[in-house]
Amino acid sequence: MLLGPSLLLSAVLFTIGVVGVLVRRNAIVLFMCVELMLNAVNLTFIAFSQVLGLGGQVMVFFVMTVAAAEAAVGLAIILAIFRHTRSVDLKNINLLQG
Amino acid sequence: MTLSLLAAQAAEAAGPEGAVRWVWLAVALPFLGFLVNGALALRRPQARSVVSMVGAGVLLGAFAVAALVYLQLRSHPPETPVLVELWRWIPSGALDIRFALQVDQLSTVMLLVVTGVGSLIHLFSIGYMGTDPGYARYFAYLNLFVAFMLVLVLGSSLPVLFVGWEGVGLCSYLLIGFWYGDKANADAGKKAFLMNRIGDCGVLIAMFLLWYTTRSLDFTAIAAKAPTHLVAGGGLVTAITLFLFLGCVGKSAQIPLYTRLPDAMAGPTPVSALIHAATMVTAGVYLVARTGILFAMAPFSSAVVAGVGALTALFAASIGLRQYDIKKVLAYSTISQLGFMFLAVGTGAYVAGIFHLVTHAFFKALLFLGAGSVIHAMHHAYHATHAHADAQDMRNMGGLRRYLPWTFWLMLLATFAIAGVPGFSGFFSKDEILAAAFGRGQSHPLWLVFWGMAMLAAFMTAFYMMRLIAMTFLGENRTGAAEQEYLHDAPPVMTGPLVILGILSVAGGLLNLPAFAGGHHALETWLTPVMAAAQAVMPVEMPHGSTEWLLIAAAVTVALIGLLLGWRTTLARPIPTAAAAAPETGFARVLFRKYYVDEIYDALIVRPVVGISRLVLWKGVDQGLIDGVGANGSASLARGLGWIGSRLQSGQLGFYMVVFLVGAVWLLRAVAR
Repeated sequence: MLLGPSLLLSAVLFTIGVVGVLVRRNAIVLFMCVELMLNAVNLTFIAFSQVLGLGGQVMVFFVMTVAAAEAAVGLAIILAIFRHTRSVDLKNINLLQG
Repeated sequence: MTLSLLAAQAAEAAGPEGAVRWVWLAVALPFLGFLVNGALALRRPQARSVVSMVGAGVLLGAFAVAALVYLQLRSHPPETPVLVELWRWIPSGALDIRFALQVDQLSTVMLLVVTGVGSLIHLFSIGYMGTDPGYARYFAYLNLFVAFMLVLVLGSSLPVLFVGWEGVGLCSYLLIGFWYGDKANADAGKKAFLMNRIGDCGVLIAMFLLWYTTRSLDFTAIAAKAPTHLVAGGGLVTAITLFLFLGCVGKSAQIPLYTRLPDAMAGPTPVSALIHAATMVTAGVYLVARTGILFAMAPFSSAVVAGVGALTALFAASIGLRQYDIKKVLAYSTISQLGFMFLAVGTGAYVAGIFHLVTHAFFKALLFLGAGSVIHAMHHAYHATHAHADAQDMRNMGGLRRYLPWTFWLMLLATFAIAGVPGFSGFFSKDEILAAAFGRGQSHPLWLVFWGMAMLAAFMTAFYMMRLIAMTFLGENRTGAAEQEYLHDAPPVMTGPLVILGILSVAGGLLNLPAFAGGHHALETWLTPVMAAAQAVMPVEMPHGSTEWLLIAAAVTVALIGLLLGWRTTLARPIPTAAAAAPETGFARVLFRKYYVDEIYDALIVRPVVGISRLVLWKGVDQGLIDGVGANGSASLARGLGWIGSRLQSGQLGFYMVVFLVGAVWLLRAVAR
């Protein structure tokens, strides 16, 4: 019950995240889009756990832990970049160009 | 005398093998001298007295060993060669080569000549090279040469002989280019080395063929198996002997590989005496005698050996008529005399060849050392007066008899010996060769032609040797007044060996005194156990009775007329000095330029080889293919691939995202399928 709508919602959320990552240049927004994708995946896990058992819900905790760690590291990096260049626009961040 | 008696008693006490067991010492001592002198050359080049003691001492020691071996062999003549096995060298299946020394009558003769003449030349070198900065290096090379030469003559099989064969070639190269600061000397060394390689290739092929046919490389085994495993006069034995002879041609400077020997005179004069007159260049004659049974079984090869020998004897002698460099005259004389030896061994008169080898070692060493003495004096005089004339050009000498009486008289003795004046050593050995060639001519008319060529060569020999004496020692002095007071005989350490060689040059004929002179062919009797098999296949037909006397009379007449003409014509007109001399004209110019053989070789062989090497091998293969395609090409390829990879590394995060997404979708598709 509600499996179809739940999966549809998570697909929509994931696509929004992907498109956001591809088209936006602001690092913060990009970061938020990544979080959106992770949470879309979480929703998928929970939706499937109704059918396939509690394993999916346990997985969600792992994803949230990783997301929290990622948020901490990622925000610290973005802060460092901002201090360095006074901007969080990804256009300006290409120091590793080959 | 007492010493030799004691030695004989000691040999007696030691049993039938006795001193022969210690023959390896004769090789080891010079090698030890090489190690010590080589170390001194690197660490203490100024320790001249130690170098002299070691350098000459080891040779005298080796000569003592040789003498003991000889006495042992004389008191207990062995039926078969005594083999002294040192170690197993190449154990490989059926091929089991032992590093062994073979002591028999033939190798003992060579052992005595090499160590004996070698000792005298080492002593002479102490004086001659006394002030040279490379003194220790010189003696190191000279000791090494003797060690290798003894390996060559004592080796019991072709591979062991080949070690010595290559070793003496190496030492020859090192000593010709001893004064390597001058490019001409280094080039002469290179030329000798390369020409030797051509011959060595022949020896190698002969070894392969011998292994293929007889499954053995030991001399004793070859001699035993040759009559059964090879067809006499067949293609195989002819090929083997011709390839062996190619090696002899290279080592002994015969036509067409002789041009290296005159150039080899770039080395110090004692080196010319030891290596390029007395010992190394005679190795070819020794090899033919050592493998005599094979040559006896191949009449065609024997004819080639005799023909090349006779032709070389004549050709080189004619060039010697018109040379002005005292050492060049002697070099061509050496080539010519080696031709005589090859005529002998090609005729089947192996003993006569070895006999001439021995007497030639005496008188040619004496001539070279005498020339060295003259050059030493001339050089000294020019050095004192700061003149820059050529110290080796005979046109700059003249009248040296007054200033170097010892050298003059001793060189005159050697000249009589080489020309074949009756009673002197060269007379007996050369006469035996001529008689043997004439004798074989009775059944094989071709040998009458060889005999005629040899007679003409003998005449020329007498002529150019007397010309050398006349230009150097007789007539007016042309050195210049300032130099005259500095010209004098060499010190005793140099004159002493000359005197001993002088005695040997005169008395060397006693070694094999023929019946007509009251002798009993001592050397021939001595060598019979070694040579009997070959002589049985190819007997020597010596003329007897009145023919023998006529031949002797003819040879003596030719020699005396040659000497007389050489003396009279040289002094008939005043000789201009080298600086004032007019260029040669006509045939004399052809002779002076050595028939332009060097120029012909240069145009036909050297230039094409250099051209192909430069254009095809260097510019084409090395620079084009290996450097261009191989080394630089692979580097360009790696750089190109790297450039493509680096384009992916744009630094734009969005681009990475797209690529990542495409990749993820692609993977997803692959998994989902």
